[in-house]
Amino acid sequence: MHSLGFRVNALLTLGVTVLALMCVMASLSDNLSVPSPSANVQVLNFNWFQKQSEGNEEVSLTFKISADLQSMFTWNTKQVFVFLAAEYETPKNSLNQVSLWDGIIPSKEHAKFSIHTTNKYRFVDQGSNLRGKEFNLTMHWHVMPKTGKMFADKIVMTGYRMPKEYR
Amino acid sequence: MGWIGETIDSIKSLQIRQVLTQAVSLGMIVTSALIIWKALMCITGSESPVVVVLSGSMEPGFKRGDILFLHMSKDPIRAGEIVVFNVDGREIPIVHRVIKVHERQDTGEVDVLTKGDNNYGDDRLLYAHGQLWLQRHHIMGRAVGFLPYVGWVTIIMTEKPIIKYILIGALGLLVITSKD
Repeated sequence: MHSLGFRVNALLTLGVTVLALMCVMASLSDNLSVPSPSANVQVLNFNWFQKQSEGNEEVSLTFKISADLQSMFTWNTKQVFVFLAAEYETPKNSLNQVSLWDGIIPSKEHAKFSIHTTNKYRFVDQGSNLRGKEFNLTMHWHVMPKTGKMFADKIVMTGYRMPKEYR
Repeated sequence: MGWIGETIDSIKSLQIRQVLTQAVSLGMIVTSALIIWKALMCITGSESPVVVVLSGSMEPGFKRGDILFLHMSKDPIRAGEIVVFNVDGREIPIVHRVIKVHERQDTGEVDVLTKGDNNYGDDRLLYAHGQLWLQRHHIMGRAVGFLPYVGWVTIIMTEKPIIKYILIGALGLLVITSKD
């Protein structure tokens, strides 16, 4: 009844149970915080805009992102992955999401930032529908926890428009 | 020598009835593990509800040895989600983030492009030759939950099979020799 094996077994079981419970509670505690993030994006310039040889349009743009995601960080947050996507509708596609820029925020101190950049990933349409196209820029973020459930949310910014002519 | 001697004695003193109960309890352990796994498959709708991260391509978010819980629902795939996908001609599924989505107006089919957070470029080099986009049927699930380190157990066991056999042997011996 009180052999070494039983004691080790009981200790291991208790240890694993307590650890699992702590993980669940840490993950649940994320629900208690109510984040209030803010983001603002300005398109400063369309650097160039042309049609590739395959017939798809590609655009390069420069933009400025200011965001404050400090409220996303809780004690169970390992990092926040943030990215900016252009979203628009075309006759062929009901939704196009093209990631333009992304970044990893490792800690709360870095969560308030302002950067000035060109698109990190190529902005290529499927086809040629971009001339004069109205599009949304959406700031997405994915909260990666130290343990437990992952969260995601976004801010949609509307009213951006492509140039009417190639340049 | 005491513990080993005792063990040998207990093996010698086994009764048929006792052997049978132990076989049953061992069977219960194995079948309940199977039931839990199959139940998870039903709940999550994914053919493998739990995956172990094997590469560092999603660091620092996911490290080698971390465990991801997958969920496969009818919800459309959107940019930013972390999906697990199979590429034709590759055995091991890949866990990466979606960076581009193009969804058809008429059929609702999607073209998806992925990238590892820690990789420099997108995944077109990993896809089958000439493949530009992933479709819905390539995707096995999206990651919804995360548990660090636990996957090391399986990584160690697959890479050093001897440890697996020692563990199974020791557990089997424990089950056979344990008395209530």
